[in-house]
Amino acid sequence: MPTEILMPALSPTMEEGTLAKWLVKEGDTVSSGDIIAEIETDKATMEFEAVDEGVIGKILIAEGTEAVKVNTAIAVLLEDGESADDIAATKVDAPKTESTEAPKAEAPKAAPAKAAAPQPDRSPDWPEGTETKKQTVRDALNTAMAEEMRRDGDVFIMGEEVAEYQGAYKITQGLLDEFGAKRVIDTPITEHGFAGIGVGAAFGGLRPIVEFMTWNFAMQAIDQIINSAAKTLYMSGGQMGCPIVFRGPNGAAARVGAQHSQDFAAWYAQIPGLKVVQPYSASDAKGLLKSAIRDPNPVVFLENEILYGRSFDVPVLDDFTVPFGKARIWREGSDVTIVSFGIGMTYALEAAEKLAEDGIEAEVIDLRTLRPLDYDTVLASVMKTNRCVTVEEGWPVGAIGNHLSAVIMERAFDYLDAPVLSCTGKDVPMPYAANLEKLALTSTQEVIETVRKVTYR
Amino acid sequence: MAAKKSSAKSNASADELKAYYHDMLLIRRFEEKAGQLYGMGLIGGFCHLYIGQEAVVVGLEAAAEEGDKRITTYRDHGHMLACGMDPNGVMAELTGREGGYSRGKGGSMHMFSTEKHFYGGHGIVGANVPLGAGLAFSDKYRGNDRVTFTYFGDGAANQGQVYETFNMAALWALPVIFVIENNQYAMGTSQKRSTSTPDLYTRGEAFGIPGEIVDGMDVLAVRDAGKKAVAHCRAGDGPYILEIRTYRYRGHSMSDPAKYRTREEVQKMREEKDAIEHVRSLLLTGKHATEDDLKEIDKQIKKIVNASAEFAKESPEPAVEELWTDIYTDLAPQHA
Repeated sequence: MPTEILMPALSPTMEEGTLAKWLVKEGDTVSSGDIIAEIETDKATMEFEAVDEGVIGKILIAEGTEAVKVNTAIAVLLEDGESADDIAATKVDAPKTESTEAPKAEAPKAAPAKAAAPQPDRSPDWPEGTETKKQTVRDALNTAMAEEMRRDGDVFIMGEEVAEYQGAYKITQGLLDEFGAKRVIDTPITEHGFAGIGVGAAFGGLRPIVEFMTWNFAMQAIDQIINSAAKTLYMSGGQMGCPIVFRGPNGAAARVGAQHSQDFAAWYAQIPGLKVVQPYSASDAKGLLKSAIRDPNPVVFLENEILYGRSFDVPVLDDFTVPFGKARIWREGSDVTIVSFGIGMTYALEAAEKLAEDGIEAEVIDLRTLRPLDYDTVLASVMKTNRCVTVEEGWPVGAIGNHLSAVIMERAFDYLDAPVLSCTGKDVPMPYAANLEKLALTSTQEVIETVRKVTYR
Repeated sequence: MAAKKSSAKSNASADELKAYYHDMLLIRRFEEKAGQLYGMGLIGGFCHLYIGQEAVVVGLEAAAEEGDKRITTYRDHGHMLACGMDPNGVMAELTGREGGYSRGKGGSMHMFSTEKHFYGGHGIVGANVPLGAGLAFSDKYRGNDRVTFTYFGDGAANQGQVYETFNMAALWALPVIFVIENNQYAMGTSQKRSTSTPDLYTRGEAFGIPGEIVDGMDVLAVRDAGKKAVAHCRAGDGPYILEIRTYRYRGHSMSDPAKYRTREEVQKMREEKDAIEHVRSLLLTGKHATEDDLKEIDKQIKKIVNASAEFAKESPEPAVEELWTDIYTDLAPQHA
């Protein structure tokens, strides 16, 4: 049967084009790959090749014709033994356009059904009566990695100065001695490259911990974190995941200037496919890092240099983990909800203590993980206090606080007695001068003032 | 330096030659069909065809063993077919259907098969190079002797992360073969206009990585170079670079008018250098096969390719619920 030659789609967006020129005439023999016509699209003039061999039986669309729809029959090709007389038998008139129209998929209903009423998980992180001991965040992170490396031989750590130097911030101290150079690997200063090698190793079934000396340097590697680590499970239709932990100090340090002081929490929290953790206390640092290392998905684990040396109670348990997506209520209160995470918690808790002296009882929530995010705990609290202030160190545009504010409006608007306000870092690069640096950060005083605004007291 | 040619007298058996002919022709016919389906609007977005470069993957697959890994960029259909992935699954991914390797969620540039040790299908130029070294790292960590073929183009060879990877791969003696498929054009920019020194196989010298240049239009030359590189990696001697000079007959992607080179240049390569014609003539002149034998292979391939196109048209679009699956392995996506 004669074959119709159809007007081709020659770009991702082409719907119609001009048949600029025929380079063959009726009766010509063509073989696969021969240029038979020139077609003008919105982008360029393209050469159009024959895909089958045969004889041009009939030209249906004359050259110079504009706005020829994609998939319109433009000529008829005769194969061996066919003659032009066969053309009549073929229906060639009606332009075929249906297949260009993608069947319209129904707009998916919002993915998981929204919980009507928040149902926060208020179970304690460790059983009552468990012995605790004081431990720094640094030691907690260190023991978390050591415990997981003992548990699973596929876990290894790589990064700058993690081995022989014992860690730029001493988080990996002692790991080289215990686990050897095969599993505690010093890398060259080459974030883009070693982040990619870590992701590849995770594709190969290992469980890498990639330490960035600070998250500032991870910007060199952000393509591997987002495009390679976060998306592969989806792009592979669920075939291949990426069990990896990217960790290191994030947020403002002290007096190190604009390039070494910034909080990336909101950046990474936007990416589907990543889990994002920002612990405040030592017990959370330990329990969440252990969970992160076991997690089958890529985890961005944001630590804080200033918190490394702070001590907290950590339960003495053989295998203590903290689940993702469960916020912690540090202080109960009925007048206002303060939501924070990471080092923001220091301002939130200090402000709450001071406000209590004036009779304002704040409920203070530590989100602990930003993805997944424990909306229920926040919403249940706001429904009780009717007021909310968010506290974070990152910049104000597109902040986590903005997102929470939107969610609270959507799901708890009728409960609000005041607008949700956010305390954030200022909208400036971090200055070096001590006085300016202080002004660029949020502070306990700012949190107190903001709470007074929403409580009208 | 001139690319090494395999000797005029072939050192391959009749069965080997027939297999190479079959595998290369399958890729070509598959790609031609993909081009047709694109023209019909059944394949969307970007679609980068491998036509002209078939000898590269077929030659290297002939040097690979079970368990060896491969990873490449977005011009990836040939690599998938050559390592034994199902043409139906590949074509149905191109049309964005449920029967595709990624259930329609990856598209032309993003397919994977852990079963065949094919690790994608990556869209960011150069980014698959450290990923390939990471795969090799995982084999070395486990203490086996598998190697990873890490394919990239002459364009990617100018990305910084490639050299970060060369450094670490050499430092840690990773069993990775860096395969530079030099088709001479980074999209529309010729190598001359983009590359300060043309010999990409020497780019590892600064890191102590041996490299060689190979005629990519000669499947036997590619296979032999591949075997040498594989032996080097398996012996624990670290990475190896193969710069394989090849040529793509089609545009960079489907929407490329290819005005940066002449029609004559393309025609000359097709007529004088075509890799499939080369094997065809080896088969015929060596009396390993008759015209009829080859026609029979052509027929079989046409059948496979047509069946894949039918499958790719008939397979339904993914269920709308698929929008929300495979974001995490263990967690439903959150919706505030």
